[in-house]
Parts: sequence; C-alpha cells; structure tokens
Amino acid sequence: MPTTILIDPVTRIEGHARISIYLDEAGEVSDARFHVTEFRGFERFCLGRPFWEMPAITARICGICPVSHILASARAGDAILAVNLPPAAEKLRRLMNLAQIVQSHTLSVFHLSGPDLFLGFESDPARRNIFGLIAAEPELARAGIKLRQFGQELIERLGGRKIHPAWAVPGGVRSGLADADRAAVAAALPAARATAREALARFKGALPGFSEEVASYGRFASLFLAMVGEHGTWEHYGGQLRIMDSQGHILADHVPPEEYAELIGETAEDWSYLKFPYYRPYGYPDGSYRVGPLARLNVCRSFGTPLADAELVEMRRRAGGGPVTASFFYHYARLIEILGSLELIERLLDDPELSARRLRAEADVNRLDAVGCSEAPRGTLFHHYRVDERGLLTYVNLIIATGQNNAAMNRTVAQIAGRYLRGDRLDEGLLNRVEGGIRAFDPCLSCSTHAIGIPALTARLYGPAGQLLDEVAR
Amino acid sequence: MAARTLTIDGQLVSARAGETILEAARDAGIAIPTLCHLEGLSAVGACRLCLVEVVGSSRLLPACLTPVSEGMEVRTASERLQANRRALVELLFAERNHVCAVCVASGNCELQNLAVQVGMTHVRYAYLTPQCSVDISHPQFGIDHNRCVLCTRCVRACDEVEGVHTWDVAGRGVNARVITDLGLPWGEATSCTSCGKCLLACPTGAIFRRGTSVAELERDPRRIAVIVASRQERW
Repeated sequence: MPTTILIDPVTRIEGHARISIYLDEAGEVSDARFHVTEFRGFERFCLGRPFWEMPAITARICGICPVSHILASARAGDAILAVNLPPAAEKLRRLMNLAQIVQSHTLSVFHLSGPDLFLGFESDPARRNIFGLIAAEPELARAGIKLRQFGQELIERLGGRKIHPAWAVPGGVRSGLADADRAAVAAALPAARATAREALARFKGALPGFSEEVASYGRFASLFLAMVGEHGTWEHYGGQLRIMDSQGHILADHVPPEEYAELIGETAEDWSYLKFPYYRPYGYPDGSYRVGPLARLNVCRSFGTPLADAELVEMRRRAGGGPVTASFFYHYARLIEILGSLELIERLLDDPELSARRLRAEADVNRLDAVGCSEAPRGTLFHHYRVDERGLLTYVNLIIATGQNNAAMNRTVAQIAGRYLRGDRLDEGLLNRVEGGIRAFDPCLSCSTHAIGIPALTARLYGPAGQLLDEVAR
Repeated sequence: MAARTLTIDGQLVSARAGETILEAARDAGIAIPTLCHLEGLSAVGACRLCLVEVVGSSRLLPACLTPVSEGMEVRTASERLQANRRALVELLFAERNHVCAVCVASGNCELQNLAVQVGMTHVRYAYLTPQCSVDISHPQFGIDHNRCVLCTRCVRACDEVEGVHTWDVAGRGVNARVITDLGLPWGEATSCTSCGKCLLACPTGAIFRRGTSVAELERDPRRIAVIVASRQERW
C-alpha cells in the first residue's frame, strides 16, 4: 500500500523541522523530504538599515553561531569601506571564529549527538539524552561541557559576552585581548586539548560498531564546497573557495567569495522555507553539494597543524582514501576540527601582534556591492550586501551552511528510510535513525531560514497517491 | 530671592520662588523621571513622565513646568503615578520601532533606562510598527526615525544653544517627525553647522554618529548644560 511517513518534530537539532517519507506501490521508499517550517525574513527587514549595524543584527539570526554571522557581515562591511584591516584585527577575528568552531562542534558532538555516539543508537531512548550521558559517562560529559565553556569563554574575553558579541565591525574589531585574558586562555588549553583527543579516541574506538550507520546514513557521491587557504590548507576565514567532486577532482579553485554567484545558484521548492543552492555549471539537482566539517576536510590538502594532520590522514585511511562520502563521518571531521582549532588557537595566542592598539580601519562607503564569507561551524556562510551611496542597504542575500546541505539531508533521509523502513508504519527505531542521520549535519534551521523555532520533529509517511498513512510527532 | 516651603512625598522642602517642582525635588534628592526635560534647555512638558499629584488640583501637573508655591503638597510616587508612567513608557515603545538588542544606543539610552526604572516587563499595547526612514545623508550624523520619541530636545538644543534652528517638527500626532531645514535631507540642510549638539541632546539612538555600530554610541547629554552655563559666565 502506498505510504507517506512524517517525522515531526525532529529533536536534538537546532530549529524546527518535519520529515516526509513517500512510498511507491511496491512499498519502497520513492522520496523523502526534510521540510523546514520556519520563516523569518532577515533579508527583507534589514533593507534600509545602515550596513554598520549588520554584524549585530545578523548575529541575532542564531544563538549558537552568532560569531559566523558577525564575521561574514563585518567582512562584507570591510569590502564596502574598501579597507585592509589592521593585522591584529584580522588575527583577533580568527581567534574568535576558532573559539566558536570549538564551542559549536562540542555542542554537536557531546550535547546533541553524544548520546547516540557514546551510548549507542540502540540504547534506551529514555536515557539517550545529555542527562543519560552524564549518568553513564560523568567524566566524559563533564569534560565536554568544559570544552564548550572553553570556547564560549574565549568569545566572551574577546567580545565582552558569550552570545551575540557586537564586537567585529566593518573595518576591524572594537577591542583587543588583555594579557591576563590571554594567559587564562593559554592555561585552559591543555585540558581542552586532552578532552578533544579523548573524544576522538572514543569515537574511533566505537567506529567499527557503526559500520551500518557509515554505510546508510547519507553515503553518496556529491560535490563538496569549502574555503581553503593559500596553499590548499584548511581555512575558516579570509580564504578562497574550492569545489571538489567525490573522486577528488577539483572543479573550481581559488574562487574569491565575492564571485560566489558565478559558482552557486539557488532554487526553491514549494515544500520548504529552506532554499536549495547548487553548483551552477552542473545545474539543480546534479550540482548539489555538501559543506561543513567533512567538506572542509575533504577539499583541503592538509589541516596545517601536527595533531589534526595526523588525525586527518587516519580518517582518510579509515574511509578508504579519497574524499570521504559517508555523512556519518561529519562527526569524525567535527572532532578533528575541534582538535585542530585548539592547535591554531595556541599558535595565535603566542603572536605578539595580538597586543597591538590599532584595531579598526576607518573609511566611508567606497564600494556599493560586497560579499563577506566565513566558514561557520556548519559550513560556508555568505553575506551579500548592496548599499546606496550613503551606506543604507538596498539588497541583502544570505547563503547559510545548512541550506547548502539541504539536498544532502534529503538524500540522507531517503537512504535511511530505504534501508530501515519496514511496512507502512513508523517505528521508534526508524525515527531514531532518521534523526541521527540528520544530526550528522548538525543542521541549524534557525540560521538556514533565518527563522526562529523550537526544537521539535514530526514525521509523516505518504502513499503513492499522496494519502497520509502514518504520522508521528514528539 | 524669596523662599517657598513645600512638602514633597511628606518631606519638607525649601525652594526659591519661581523654581519648578522638578528643580525643588531634585535639589532635595527626590528623583522624578523625565525624558523631554534636559538641563540647559527650556522646558516643554511634552513627555508627561514628570506628572505629579498636587493636593488641591484635580489634574496631574508636569513637575518640569509647575512653579512651587508656599505650603504646596506634592506626591511624586503614588501608585496611580507609577502606573501612569509605566503606561507612558510602554506607549513610547509601541509607537515606533525600538529594538534595544540591535540599537546603537543600547546601554546608553534614556528610554531604555526609563523602561527599567518604571518596571516595564512587556508592552501591553499593540505595536504600531510604522515604516520609518533612516537619513544618513549628513557627512557625520544620521537620524533614525524608528527610534525618535519626539521629545524635541534636538530642536531646542539647535535653536536655543547653537542658535540656528535647523531642526523642527512636521506633521501631527503619530505622523509627526523631526525634520531638518523644512524637510530637506539632513545632508542638504545648509543651516546645519554640524556642531553635534542634537546628538548630545538626543535621549535615544535616533540621532547617531555615522559609522556607529550597535551599542557603541557614547554621548553625555549633560554637556548641553555645561555649554549653557559656561556661556552665561562670560561678560
């Protein structure tokens, strides 16, 4: 019998979503859709604002990764002013972005996915949450919470607050890092690094047991997009774009972010508020690509720090060489990025230039069209602004990491449903797997629709004629 | 100058004849909330936040404009007054688009401070969410009408202290807007001397320095009184 399965709401992700699974006459999964059901309209209501306010306004899109929006927006502002930043300002911005990658990835790995990864997908659902993790693995859970705190506190030491620091501004940053704060961060680094290594070791130990998940949680060929540094190394700020296919061919390289529109097209589907970006030369949907930790580690030649590079080599070896196509490895990539970010933070803290007084370049409107780009924890983030000659916004386009993983998340849901759906009913096991599969992308729906929401999941199962067969909500 | 003795909130207060209730109260250390009042500028009684109860008067009277008189009995903090003030502040928030979280003046704003002072936890009235413009045509300054409370402090500072009267008010009621040079964009207002006194006088983030980002605006409205006092000392 033809069937549609709906999972609504999806839990332990950031935002509100619904999942529909469509069955054909033979009872096989024919399609799956990950609907994002929120809408906020930042691109519209920011019109008419002075662009100097945009870092702080767009920071409010998200409470998890406000720093990404602040930095992408400030970079677009730098370009409108047409200035080069004082070197210390660039380094301080890098430091804050690394701190955010650490705290956001830790939230994903420990708080949201930790129960699946460290207690197991098949463990008792009543205990498969952060509290269950604290009860079963108090040391690991405590270390994870402290690791997130490390990142959050570094953000606070730089920007004055942990969430929504109105700190990076067009032309630079507002304040530097005091020597006492620098020493405090350095003192907390060894424990943070030990936690990152321990979590990586635990994950690698558990990985052989996840062979089914690796095989079916979104393992498919696709393109990958991420920023890379000058020599193809891992980059999170100020780099250029690279697109690679799943055979490892580099399709586009050294693309400056301001030329994103030549690289990326966007289309919409009438069943989701989330747009579908695609690699323009391949069209939609063939040009669908993935962004985020796995994409960054796939496209880069090396990470650029000793510990992370050793882990990267090992991950590639475990995945069979070449670009890693299994989305389950997003978790793995996230752990490597935490470790590498901590190494880069340590390197930056030693830089004497951080103490420079000059932190802000001053200028007026010198360019009317500008793009700012940063690697957010979840992937490449673009802010594209146009302003009038006085600096009031006339056009705003935001391309968000989660949006770019939209097509990949749909394929992941379809793959999991195809593998685990039994009959025309939704059972707990399937729901868990679908949620777990989506969680690998650590989607942030508030960001991607620039929309407000409550964490929740609904799933619906539809038959071939479109009739609703089953619905589960929680 | 003749002295007048009155009672404010049960406290005996001595004041000079001709002084306002507000001046007498402040001299006695009794705080009455104000918004349109600014030391150094004439009083207009526009915001109604300083309304007080005076025994013998059935109406509430603005403390900034009501002179003291002998034996006057004034109450500044009755429940009725407190409820009134909270309602007034809520109405100010409902009338335009005041979003502290993304405002240049956050942390340095008299309206924000008032909301805290009167205990405003939420706004009970429907927001009007008007479409207001932002004018940053001036080389140094900007005016965001979303954040203007029509206190006219900029108008008075420009007229009474700088003496050029670039600012004025056009329109009536909720459609009233402060304007420069009879409605020209600020950047084209040739009477403006770019002195920045309107910025000093503004209690909110409505008038700001171009290029200011969120919660970054710093200015001290007390400097208007300093300018006026310094000028009077000359001969």
